[in-house]
Formats: sequence, structure tokens, C-alpha cells
Amino acid sequence: MVNEPEPQHAVGGGDDGRYAHFWPHPESDARLTTAGDPCNVTLFFNVFNVPLSSGILERRCLLAPRSIGRHGAPVERADMADASSIFPGAWAEWRSLKVALTEAQPDGAVVELSGAEIVIQALVDEGVEIVFGYPGGSVLHIYDALFKQGSLKHILVRHEQAAAHAADGYASATGKCGVCLVTSGPGATNAVTGIATAYMDSIPMVVLTGQVPTPFIGSDAFQEVDTVGITRPCVKHNFLVKDVRDLAMTIRKAFHIATTGRPGPVVIDIPKDVTDPNIKIPYVYPREIKMRSYNPVEKGHPGQIRKAVDLMLEAKRPVFYTGGGVVLGDGSAQLTELAHATGFPVTSTLMGLGAFPMTDRQFIGMLGMHGTYEANMAMHETDVLIAIGARFDDRVTGKIEHFCPHARIIHIDVDPSSIAKNVKVDVPIVGQVASVLADMLRLYQERKPSSPEAPVAEWWTKINEWRGLDCLKYDRSSAAIKPQFAVETLYKVTNGELYLTSDVGQHQMFAAQFHPFDKPRRWINSGGLGTMGYGLPAAMGVQLAHPEAQVACISGDASILMCIQELATCQQYRLPIKVVLLNNGYMGMVRQWQELFYESRYSHSYVDALPDFVKLSESFGHVGMRIERPEDLEDAMREAFAMRDRFVFLDVIVDPTENVYPMIMAGKGHHEMQLSPSHSDRELA
Amino acid sequence: MRHIIAVLLENEAGALSRVAGLFSARGYNIESLTVAPTDDPTLSRMTLVTTGNDEIVEQIKKQLNKLVDTVKLLDLSEGSHIEREMMMVKVRAERQDREELKRLADIFRANIIDVTDTSYVIEMTGASKKLDAFIDALPEGLIIEVVRSGPTGIARGAKGLTLS
Repeated sequence: MVNEPEPQHAVGGGDDGRYAHFWPHPESDARLTTAGDPCNVTLFFNVFNVPLSSGILERRCLLAPRSIGRHGAPVERADMADASSIFPGAWAEWRSLKVALTEAQPDGAVVELSGAEIVIQALVDEGVEIVFGYPGGSVLHIYDALFKQGSLKHILVRHEQAAAHAADGYASATGKCGVCLVTSGPGATNAVTGIATAYMDSIPMVVLTGQVPTPFIGSDAFQEVDTVGITRPCVKHNFLVKDVRDLAMTIRKAFHIATTGRPGPVVIDIPKDVTDPNIKIPYVYPREIKMRSYNPVEKGHPGQIRKAVDLMLEAKRPVFYTGGGVVLGDGSAQLTELAHATGFPVTSTLMGLGAFPMTDRQFIGMLGMHGTYEANMAMHETDVLIAIGARFDDRVTGKIEHFCPHARIIHIDVDPSSIAKNVKVDVPIVGQVASVLADMLRLYQERKPSSPEAPVAEWWTKINEWRGLDCLKYDRSSAAIKPQFAVETLYKVTNGELYLTSDVGQHQMFAAQFHPFDKPRRWINSGGLGTMGYGLPAAMGVQLAHPEAQVACISGDASILMCIQELATCQQYRLPIKVVLLNNGYMGMVRQWQELFYESRYSHSYVDALPDFVKLSESFGHVGMRIERPEDLEDAMREAFAMRDRFVFLDVIVDPTENVYPMIMAGKGHHEMQLSPSHSDRELA
Repeated sequence: MRHIIAVLLENEAGALSRVAGLFSARGYNIESLTVAPTDDPTLSRMTLVTTGNDEIVEQIKKQLNKLVDTVKLLDLSEGSHIEREMMMVKVRAERQDREELKRLADIFRANIIDVTDTSYVIEMTGASKKLDAFIDALPEGLIIEVVRSGPTGIARGAKGLTLS
């Protein structure tokens, strides 16, 4: 520090007499530059004694900026004394501090924190608002620091898997990084399913796991597990922090890695002694970060983009095939603009739904195993495939030898290892989807043909013919509730304003087929790993991110039981989620495969002894409703969604024999779809 | 085809297991892997030998590059390069075989680095094929133990696989 104020000025008010809060000088430009959020900067006087060589203790005063509260949280001005009234040197001190912080000098150490406090303060400095977690022995120091602060909100889940799923849901709905905090051993292993789920779907997440104290590592201590080893194959990166001095930088790196490039979960394993409340070290959160080994690509190569646009201009039967990367990379607006400029049809993977408005005429439905006839046939016939943020998953491609046999393929992806992994690509473009699409659009506009519809008009005639088959039609006269009808009713009742999370199975596919999403980040499910039990905890994360929004979880009677304990969390935090349970008494998708491929030998797919879901939800303090007749469904749903402040569990008894169609059987190509039995009289192309 | 890939890694705990884990998780072949810190103690250099068709090797390189600990990577097989492996062979060296073994070591420019009444340890360095040839040349039944380091490699010419 440059200025050394007189000791007598340094005694301020504050929590314990050591600190004096005050509002930064009204003309201070510093508050715009130091803490990132001008509303939330206060200064801390930190008075401490410095031993001089003569042995005399000199009192010094330092100032530290400290963000308080979440972004935008009101700060009571009355709490703050004016800086200059406390000591005259404050303003000069503040300026020099600003310089010190801006230059990130290591000796700009201004506040002393323990490891546990660093964890909390670093999260606050990262702009984290909510942490999902569950306490335990190894993280008790951190939980104590959590108790003593008021900026971070902690959501206590009832199982660590749910903490990870909730953080996943939160991240999916907002684009921010999800954060969870769990203890060592079983805390970490329970979270692994959630971490792997996030990894497969490239969800930005930081997972803090407790670890036994460093001297005990490797001794098979109580609740010890090699968390870094166990999570290595299902994280983007992980860290074991062995020294409290590395903690702040590691947390900074973790958030950087989790949220940039192709996002993904990052685990930070923190031994208990690293968070020791008695060991305090100077803390400055590193603003700048540079990692020589990690430099994700931003812009796409202009030459490649030109080649891609060349192909698009030549195309007679083009298709946009878009994936979760468009959602993750916030490229929805650019995609929509490019699609409208070109007039090309758009199909999407399960994870990409909503990136392009599904009610738009240019949207031809989801593709793949349970995709629409028109989308899959278009894939089979296309001559130029523009794959954007999609990874050619086996559920999408069908038999790889039959995949897009006539197409030249453009593939835009931020992850080079996604390109040409499963399918050979003609024009690879590595870059952020939004930036590449914007560049493409610019180039396309410059060179676009005078009447853009003309070149693909014939193609649309063909697609509309396929569309005419109405591949998703089902029996609407059924006396039982058809699951498709339940999803359609859900859409009707919520006016397309819903955030919908899903578990895994038939209900997931029905939702993807029958609930159109017109905005990204509205459809939230486990696509890659296919984790049953994901839906309910993910909905908690979504509801906490958007407290005023309508959030529903569509589930099945088998999936919902896998994280049913979270009904308690929903009650504790009064989360007004609506669960729409398509109850068919079976693991529906397993039953469907057994019917089709195992001659109806329903081996252990019938869930005998289901609970009474109405009573079950009531026992947790929620509202439960059972609906058994199609004519009651809409009113019941309206009633449920009218309860804006209550969690409502809708147990919808659906036709147990209904299957998901169309379907591409294993080993078949896109053009070999099987339609529902109601289409059996129709000839396939 | 056989590829020899050199990787500069952050010299951090766990970096090696990330590479090893990657190969097992994705089912890639790995023939050998050697690793040691470089002149810059914050960096390790790894040399690994793998086999696969072009697509697989391309994917291996992409996956290696994707590891957060990977700083730089070079497929040495793509250019002119030098490959060396170190081997120590412990052989039975009874009176009647001692001269023959000594001559053989000389022919291959190997060194005898440990001698007892009944054994030699022969050290030799060279391309892996040369080491194979030496083992083939040794009289049958005399080998007690073979230890090989796995190949390391470096590109020819003035350019280096360095940070700058």
C-alpha cells in the first residue's frame, strides 16, 4: 500500500470493531472497475499490527473491496459512514488499492481469510448466487463459513445426486455456471451420476467436494474416496487442492474451464485441513486468468466459413441439423436469422429443441430414433447437411453406413474432437456457434440469390409431402388418457410459457414430440447419459433460477421414484413446481423394447407396488391430484397451474400399451423408420 | 499404422493418469508411454506409441489436445524424426558364453554395465527395431530379464516442440 494512514483514524465501526464499512467516494470511478458490480462494493478497513524491525508494533490500516450481497441486492446507505469522515486518507488509499488490484499484484493482499472463507468469498466474487449441497464431515468448515455470511444462498437437497442435477437444471435454464457442494466419500460418489449427466450434456458446473485432511489421504480414512480418480472420466477437468494458497486460483480456473469452450463440469476436491478456519491467508480474487494449456477457440476460420457458404449456395436439398451446442453457445438468435435468410428446413436433436422456434413452419421436427418422418427422410435425401453444435450421436444417426448418403457435410462445433468422430465431414468449422453463424449469415447475405426460396422450393414440396403423412398421429378417441394427449394438454394449458424438465423414457420422447418450444433453455432433460431421476431435482434448479416462471417436470412412474426424496427439498423452499407424471405402471421404454424385440417378455419392467402418489405428495406437504379420464385432464391441469405458490403432483394414469413412434430400429437407417400401427396401411417411401 | 506422439504436459499430479485413462476409456491402443519432466520443471514431456488407422489416430490426437493439462502435441511420425529406446538385458554369462556375448554387445554397440561370475547386464540404446534385433540375436535361453524404457523421440531439424 502506498498510503499509511494515521492509526487513530483507522478505528472504525463495523461488525466487530475491526472493520468500518463505508460507501465509496461518490466520484469514485474505482467502484466501476474493481469488483465488477458498482452497486455492491464496500470497503473494508482491516486494521492489524505489523511488527517492525525495532520490535515495536505499528498499526496499519488497509482497505479491501468486498462485494456484498448478490448482484443488484440493495445496500443500505445508512449502514455506511462516509469514508472521509472516518479518516482523511481513505480516498487516496482507495485509489492506490484500485491500482494494486487492477495490476493484480500478489502483495495487493488486502484481507485475510481462512480456506473455508476463501471458498465462500471466491464463489461470491464469481457471481454465484445459489449453491446446491449437502453437509458432511469434510466440508464442515465450509458450511460454518457459509453460515456466517449472507451473500450465498444454499439449497439443502436430500441426496447429493440431486444437488448435481439441480445445479445442472439451474445452469441449463440460465446459461450460468451451476455450483454444488458435497462432502467426501459417499457425498462425492452420490454426486457422480449427476456429474456424468452434466458431462454428457456439456453443462457448465463446478462441484466442490470435501476430502479427508491431506495427511490422511491414501490411508483409507473414514469417508475417504479417490474423488479425483473416480470423477476423472466424467469431468472436463478436476483439481485436488493441497495448499490453501492455491484455493482462490483453483476456483477461478475451475469456473473458467467449466464455462468456456465446450462447457462441462469441473470438480474441485478440497481436503478438510485446507479449509482450516485458524489458518488465514491474504485473499485477492484473481481477475485475469491465463492458462497456457487451455485456449478454447472463439472465431471460426474465415476460409472454412466461405467454403461452407459456397456449399449452401449450391445446395438443392439442404438441411440444418442443430444440437444442444446452439443452446449452450447462445446461438439461437443467429441460427434463427440464418435459417430465415436461407429458407432451409431445420431439424433438431433432443438437446437442441427450442433453439429454433418449433412452431416455425421451417422446423420439421426432431430427428433420430424417435424423430419425425419428414426430418429423418430429409436427412436421408439431403445434399448439403449443415450440422451445428451437434455431435452425431448414435440415437441421431441410426446406422452410420446409411447416414445422409447423398450429403456433403458442414460441421460447426466448438470442440474439435467432436468433428469427424462418428461421421466424416467435408467442411469442419471449429468455433463458437454464435460467432460462426453470424459470420456465415454476413457472407450469405452478400452473395445470396435474389429470390432465396426459389432454389429450395422443390425441396419444400417434397418435405411437405412427407409432412402430410402426419407421422405423430395417435388415437384421439381412446377412453384411456393417451400420453401424447397429456403432453398436448400441458402445452395448451401453459400457453407455451413453460420451463419443462424431463426424466428419461417414453414420457421424455412424447414431450419432445408433442410440446413445441419456441425459446432455448426451456426444454431441460438428460439427453446424453439418459439419467432417470434427473427431472425433479433439475426442476428445482430451474424454479430457483426463475422464481416467477411456470416450471413443470414431466416424468414416469419409474423415473420419479429415483429422486423422490426431493419432494422434501421442494417443500422446504416452497418451490411451486408441477410434476406431470405419465403413470403407466411400467418402465415404458423398456416395456416397448421388450414388446418389439423380446416377443413381449416383460422381464422386470412392470413396476408392481407403486405408491399412491397423491398420498405420497400430501405426506410431504404438497398437493396431489390423480387424473384418470381424458375429459378431466385439462381442468385438472388448469387447476394445478393456477396454484402459483404450491407444488402440485399430477398423477396422470395413461394408457399402458402406448408406444413411441416413429421409431428407427437398431441397425436401420433414417429412411427405414417404423410408423405407429395406425399408419400400417400406408406405404413408406 | 504406428504413430509416435510427443506431448508437452503440465507437470501436475494426475496428468499422466488423465492420458492413461483417456486411452482405456476410449479403447485406443497404447504400445508404450514414457514421461519425465523437461528442462522447464513445470512441464513434462510424454512420448507415446500407438497404432490405428488415420481416423483413429486423428481422434487420439484431438482427444489428447482436449485434455486441459496438454500444452502442446506433435505427431513425430508425420515428419522426419529420431527415435531412441533404452534397454537393459540381464543374461546368463557362464564361461563358455562370455566371449560370444561380449562380441555381440560390441557389434550392436551395446555396453556391459554389470558383471558377475555368471551374468552380464547389457545396456543398449537405439531405435526399437534395433533393440528387437539384438534380442533376436542373443543365443537362446540366456536371457534372464529384459527391461525397456519405451521409445522417446525428437523431430529432426532446428525446430523444437517448445512453448514458444
